[in-house]
Amino acid sequence: MISQAMVILIDGINYSAWLFLSAVGLTLIYGVMKIVNVAHGSFYALGAYMAATVVGIWVANGYPPYLSYAALLFAAVLGGFVVGPLIERFLLRYQYNKDEVVILLITYALFLVMEDVLKLVWGVDPYFISEPYEYLGLFSIAGMTYPNYYLLMVALALVVGLSLMFVLNRTKFGRMLVSVIHDREVSAAMGIDVSRIFILTFGVGCSLAAIAGAFTAPTISVTPGLGVEVIVLSFAVVVTGGLGSLPGVALAAIIMGIARAFCIHYIPQLELFVIFSVMALVLAFRPRGLFSLAEARKI
Amino acid sequence: MTFDKTTLRFGAVLLALMLASPFIPQWALFMLTIAGANGLVVLGLMLFLRAGLVSFGQALYFCTGAYTTGLLALTLGLREMLVLLLASAVVAAVLAWILGFLLAKYRAIFFGLLSLAFSMILYGLLVKTEALGSTDGFNVPAVTIAGWLPGSDMVRKAVLGVAVVVIFLCVAFVQGLLRSPRGLVLTAIRDNEIRTEYMGASARSTIHLFYVVAAALAGFGGSIAAIAVGHIDPTMSFWTTSGEFIFITILGGIGSVVAPFVGALVFSIIHTIAFSYSPNTWQMVIGLSLIFVILMLPDGLWSFVRRLRGQKA
Repeated sequence: MISQAMVILIDGINYSAWLFLSAVGLTLIYGVMKIVNVAHGSFYALGAYMAATVVGIWVANGYPPYLSYAALLFAAVLGGFVVGPLIERFLLRYQYNKDEVVILLITYALFLVMEDVLKLVWGVDPYFISEPYEYLGLFSIAGMTYPNYYLLMVALALVVGLSLMFVLNRTKFGRMLVSVIHDREVSAAMGIDVSRIFILTFGVGCSLAAIAGAFTAPTISVTPGLGVEVIVLSFAVVVTGGLGSLPGVALAAIIMGIARAFCIHYIPQLELFVIFSVMALVLAFRPRGLFSLAEARKI
Repeated sequence: MTFDKTTLRFGAVLLALMLASPFIPQWALFMLTIAGANGLVVLGLMLFLRAGLVSFGQALYFCTGAYTTGLLALTLGLREMLVLLLASAVVAAVLAWILGFLLAKYRAIFFGLLSLAFSMILYGLLVKTEALGSTDGFNVPAVTIAGWLPGSDMVRKAVLGVAVVVIFLCVAFVQGLLRSPRGLVLTAIRDNEIRTEYMGASARSTIHLFYVVAAALAGFGGSIAAIAVGHIDPTMSFWTTSGEFIFITILGGIGSVVAPFVGALVFSIIHTIAFSYSPNTWQMVIGLSLIFVILMLPDGLWSFVRRLRGQKA
């Protein structure tokens, strides 16, 4: 009984870490820019493919394996922080006066385009880069064996979450960000360069998705259509937590991660069902998610 | 029931299509049927868009319609197309009526994302239900039309014929609804919901009503698609299917009840051409055309028709 609870807890925490990493960029972008970025999943896939290429080179040249994690990170940020800002600068920047829903449709179009661009660049055959995953070895707890890579994912999620909290609450850039979140126009009037904040936020948000993809890549086979499922799961997490809320994403990721682990253990048929049921249930009682600010009604 | 000019003209086009059908190749008949099925779903989405709402989960009702048809045909041995169509629409509408109590409260992005969640719940269930073939889905048996079982050379024509009748009746109904006071409230909600309520109209009950209507339309669409393709699988409820419907809505525009069908036809043509020439880049073609339409033709393809008639867009 105890060991079963342990198994559920460990699986759940691992999955929560993954959900958090995948979704946190989405909530950041929404919080600051009010954009629901459907292309988020494509950045996840981009990160995974970049990682496949970079780690492939890494392994082929026999570079030290314990540094391949830095290579994963570098690959992800390279992908996310180049493509993201380019899209913001040359397409999204001219659409901010449009309706939220219209911008969502534009990012949906971007998602369709990016899916095929990924196929054109990397082809349709799967990539396998399990070296960083296998290198870490295994650990045992309560009679069950788990890969140490689980711990790495959880640590990564904690580092990402805490650094975001630190930047938002403790740095000058973070304060500027918070002020832009509250009022774009007043912030601009106070001398904050809002377009610079936007391009940086979009770059960071996309890089976070890419990081999630890059660090997941060693555990899966990297194939086309990778981002399609990620985007709806990220939506579910972010909306449940309250769009734009960092603690909300963390809490929603934990709830959904544990709920899914519980389901997989006892009723595996309900795996996907449970995540979206949690979302529907939370929205039924808190229409704007767990952590959300009341919004003034426009008359 | 009296028909207005738009409906009658659309009916005339459909009639001409049916008269020309002996000269249309089989693959084109199939494409037209699918375009018609998509058009019915999009007709419902167009209603939401008039109120400023975008549903990212209309595939739920499309899929519900398709599975109702498939299951009734398979388990109860019900093969009558007209009965299957009606049953599918009714099941979809009842489901929408229940979910509508919750959804009708939501606006903007939350409406879209909650409807997305519902469609993904169905997807998640279907994918894991082995009795229904999980990800593979199952085949829908051949259907009869008023007791007549069409031969293999006639079946596409016959299915298209029934679809055309359903489409015409739906268009006439929606056109009537849009011209009624209820229909006018829809546009008022987009402009300003609070003022609309002060004038005595209930935004919530209006959206609930149109949500049910749109679901019934999607149920018809799903049923037609299931019968035309002869196979159904859970991707009918996946969010990318909803995305395609939204694309068609934007492509056609919300200017007229005919616009969804124009959009669906153009989508089918783009899809068929792009898919046969380069199967790995057809999504890109769709994506680029979506960006093009949003930036250059915010009112959709229908704005061409308006321009021809010399009306202000």
